[in-house]
Amino acid sequence: MSIDSMFTHKMWDDDELSKMVDGGVPFPMLSDAGGKVGTVYGVYDEDNGVEARGRFIIDPDGVVQGYEVLTPPVGRNVNETIRQVQAFQLVREAKGGEATPSGWRPGKATLKPGIDLVGKVWKEWKTEQAFD
Amino acid sequence: MPEEAAVGCARPTGGPVGEEPKTTSNNEQKVITEERSMIKVGKKAPDFAAPGYQKGKFINIKLSDYLGKWVLLCFYPGDFTFV
Repeated sequence: MSIDSMFTHKMWDDDELSKMVDGGVPFPMLSDAGGKVGTVYGVYDEDNGVEARGRFIIDPDGVVQGYEVLTPPVGRNVNETIRQVQAFQLVREAKGGEATPSGWRPGKATLKPGIDLVGKVWKEWKTEQAFD
Repeated sequence: MPEEAAVGCARPTGGPVGEEPKTTSNNEQKVITEERSMIKVGKKAPDFAAPGYQKGKFINIKLSDYLGKWVLLCFYPGDFTFV
């Protein structure tokens, strides 16, 4: 979503994005002319009339599980976004029975929150796991 | 899901996704208050309707159309910039 019109979105997809992605962008490119939606999401910059690089993860119940907002010159890390979605999907499936510690990615160990874990995280999770 | 539809302007629908707006009156003050509401994790996302473009068609979507699915909502400064 950006402040550009859907006509501009079409031109961008036709002229440039389709050269990067076969068949063009598959998902909806939304227009927020005037920044009304961006204002509600806290990403609209009134002074410059543009929206910051905001990214919101919304679960199947419509609940915001996480977000990240960057100023324009720095691009996002798509892998990190995907990792977060995978983690939120896992903990949703586990209904509170599992949590994903720092550095978790699919295949790595989760933690089982509960009284037995209090003061014992150091046994289950090593600092290196945050970085590998 | 997304349907081809007439041109409109993007707008918040005035309430969280999946719920009725808090007020059904046309009280302008209440609408403004709602529009300034901020995002909190663990809380419902503000619903909105917006026009757009997808695979050769102009569309109109609502965030609430996507209840039951995971959604990544991304904002960016402008077309022809990097994302």
